[in-house]
Amino acid sequence: MRIGTGFFSGIVIGAIWGLVWMVVIAITFMLVSGAITRPPVGAAVLAGAGAGALLTVIDPERRTPGLQIGAVALIVIVLAVATLGAPLGLPLSAVPAYQIVAIAAIVGMIWLSVSYCTKGISGGRLSRYHLEVVFIRLMKGLGLVFFTVLVALPFYVMVMTSLKSQQSLIANPLDFSLDFAQGPAGLFRSYIELFSNYHFGTFLTNSAIVSVATVIITLFFAVPGAYAVARLRFPGQAFLSQSILLIYMVPAIVLVIPLYAAFSQLGLRNTLTGLMIVYPATTIPVALYMLQGYFRGIPSELEEAGLMDGLTRIGVILKITLPLSLPALASVALYVFMIAWNEFLFAFMFLDNVDIFTLSRGVVSLNSSEVPRQHLMAGAVVATIPVLVIFLWFERFLVSGLTAGSVKG
Amino acid sequence: MTDLTDKAGAVAPPDRLGPMARREMGLAYGMLLPTFAIVLAIVLGPLLANFWISFKPVGLGDLRPAALFVNERLRGDLDEPGATARLEYRLRNSSQDKVIHAAGFTDTLPEGLTVTGQPDERCKVTDSVITCFLGDIEPRHRETIAIEVTADEGYIANPVSPRDSEAQSSGTSDNILTNFDFTLENFSRIFSSSDFWSVLRVTLYYTIFGTAGALVVGLFAAQLLNTAFKGRSILRGLFLFPYVAPVIAVAFTWIVLLDPFSGTLNSILRQMDVIDGPINFFGQRSVPLNLFGLTIDFPVALSTVIAFEAWRYFPLSFLFILARMQSLSSEMYEAAEIDGATPLQQFWYISLPQLVGILAVLFLLRFIWTFNKFDDIFLLTGGAAGTRTLTVDVYEQAFAVSNLGAGAAVAVVVFVVLLLFSLVFFKYSPKDEG
Repeated sequence: MRIGTGFFSGIVIGAIWGLVWMVVIAITFMLVSGAITRPPVGAAVLAGAGAGALLTVIDPERRTPGLQIGAVALIVIVLAVATLGAPLGLPLSAVPAYQIVAIAAIVGMIWLSVSYCTKGISGGRLSRYHLEVVFIRLMKGLGLVFFTVLVALPFYVMVMTSLKSQQSLIANPLDFSLDFAQGPAGLFRSYIELFSNYHFGTFLTNSAIVSVATVIITLFFAVPGAYAVARLRFPGQAFLSQSILLIYMVPAIVLVIPLYAAFSQLGLRNTLTGLMIVYPATTIPVALYMLQGYFRGIPSELEEAGLMDGLTRIGVILKITLPLSLPALASVALYVFMIAWNEFLFAFMFLDNVDIFTLSRGVVSLNSSEVPRQHLMAGAVVATIPVLVIFLWFERFLVSGLTAGSVKG
Repeated sequence: MTDLTDKAGAVAPPDRLGPMARREMGLAYGMLLPTFAIVLAIVLGPLLANFWISFKPVGLGDLRPAALFVNERLRGDLDEPGATARLEYRLRNSSQDKVIHAAGFTDTLPEGLTVTGQPDERCKVTDSVITCFLGDIEPRHRETIAIEVTADEGYIANPVSPRDSEAQSSGTSDNILTNFDFTLENFSRIFSSSDFWSVLRVTLYYTIFGTAGALVVGLFAAQLLNTAFKGRSILRGLFLFPYVAPVIAVAFTWIVLLDPFSGTLNSILRQMDVIDGPINFFGQRSVPLNLFGLTIDFPVALSTVIAFEAWRYFPLSFLFILARMQSLSSEMYEAAEIDGATPLQQFWYISLPQLVGILAVLFLLRFIWTFNKFDDIFLLTGGAAGTRTLTVDVYEQAFAVSNLGAGAAVAVVVFVVLLLFSLVFFKYSPKDEG
């Protein structure tokens, strides 16, 4: 048992984790249960610091399971005593089930985090190396919590708001508890409303048509182009393979005014066809760039063998190159699909008629004071789910295609 | 040595392309032709057209060409055979400022009506078709052409309103977009407006801090997921959500989340006693902050928009940095570990130097894309509360103020600034990477 920087860093780590977990879990508790409380942060800081002190005061090799249980017990006791028996700032009789889960989570997470951060760290004077190890463990842990909350909170609010009603949200913006008593028809009221009164079925179809058409047209144009750039020798080949991506750097806003003017006069402005011309034009350069990188990686001997055996160039592409590059085609197709599905600017500028709105354009039309907020959020969920499902399904493809194909690091 | 090079020079292929090579070239150009065509039509063409429009005094209304409106009506009663009435054509130039050239109209008379009086000298009647040539019509010009018609038995038995056959008008007007009137007024207007320089400054802040934020946050996130642990792939998927979800969905979610009255974040902060009153994140231009006796105006809305930018685009840099880190060999770290290098030293002296290349590339790409970004700010604030960037200004000028020329002029500024940035970057960025 030694007292030094290790011991003090144990106390600081414990205090920080006590603070973080109390805030994060108490807020989650409030959002889920609908109860309102002022979390006793000071008590949690004290409990965490106590656990940190207890764990670091004993040498690492003598931290038995019994000591770990002691640390958990210490957290529970400090939390209970310092808050006078209301660990979440509420009497235990209020929403008891939620409270018990939340308190157990707070205690468990504080203990887990402190014991992970101080693993193998003695209480005595720490070398710079070990001090940094502790510091990095703490930062990594905090970072994981921070990023998870940062990313998950908006999506959680999006989904939950769509299932609530305007009145209850204004009454208590923290209450995201769901009222299952109203049955599925009541719970999904906003969605039913969107599909029956706000033409969201049409929007969904339009978005699907435009996105799939964009993918097909893009691949149809980009595959031969990428093959030519990757395999055939011609003047300007090197220049093209380097500079095609520059097209992708041209700001869409610079193109909007001339395209608006031209498409207005050609009668293409207020049509889905107009979008199906503009979208591929913006995605083809990227697709071409990604594909040519992949085509270069296919051994050219395979293609030469095909040529020797009497296949034409087109035959080689169709029978050898394309089957070998299915993963790249899939990732490019997904990437293009996502760009087309999420596109906002041109859909907003070009489409005026409700029956040809895409989802992007349709959700924007919900952003008015006459439409309740939960409808807007339900629209956002409808627009997000297809693209998110596809993304999760093919994540591996997409990630490898994005990183390997487009930028070589 | 000299022998070798001489020999190589001797067998080097001739400059002229052989038939095989020429065929290959033809095939390559053929395969690239569709791409060239669509890129030329939708990207490069409009890019040049934008320069053209920026020198034109053109508004949103000018996209509708001036047209001759013809309104016909029958004056008088045709109640018995032989009765006469006046068929009136009221003509109007729809445009306030444009001449219609070679204007005219044709109309078909209903069965049973014949022209009896002397028609206007500009009109001709053949069978039952009236054709009038009016020449040039001045802007806002109105006139009425009257023709006397007589009804016969057939018409009385079966009266048809002359309006049932609509008069077809014709004529061409000057299209402001295609003629050769140029003006510098668009540019002088935007450069002399007091807003412009603040818009430029806001754009720079937004671009620099948005890019840096996304990169730093992405670098941090990549460090977290570089070591293997349970649930890592789930977290990696989760971290990519902001980038994958549609911009409209996440932008409106942030608006709802940060709402000053019923937003969750304000409620949380008030519940935790962090703030006294609600913060209007997207609506408040600035708040005075007192730092060490110095009072600075902290731009609230702009910072929130920048935070959104960093939040939405950190996944991209995260993904690339993580991929690069996973490809670093572990040997160097093992050697450093044996030599007693601390974790932060390992990061600073081993990881970071190997990441400089990808960081530079990401900075360049994100800088350009952030500079080009329109959707995010437009959806979050609409350019209000000191968040108007150049791209939002293009929209404001062209479509909110309905001055296409001025919008195009701002777009020219966007493009030129972008070009300057790119040139500087390509001159000073590390050459071997990317």
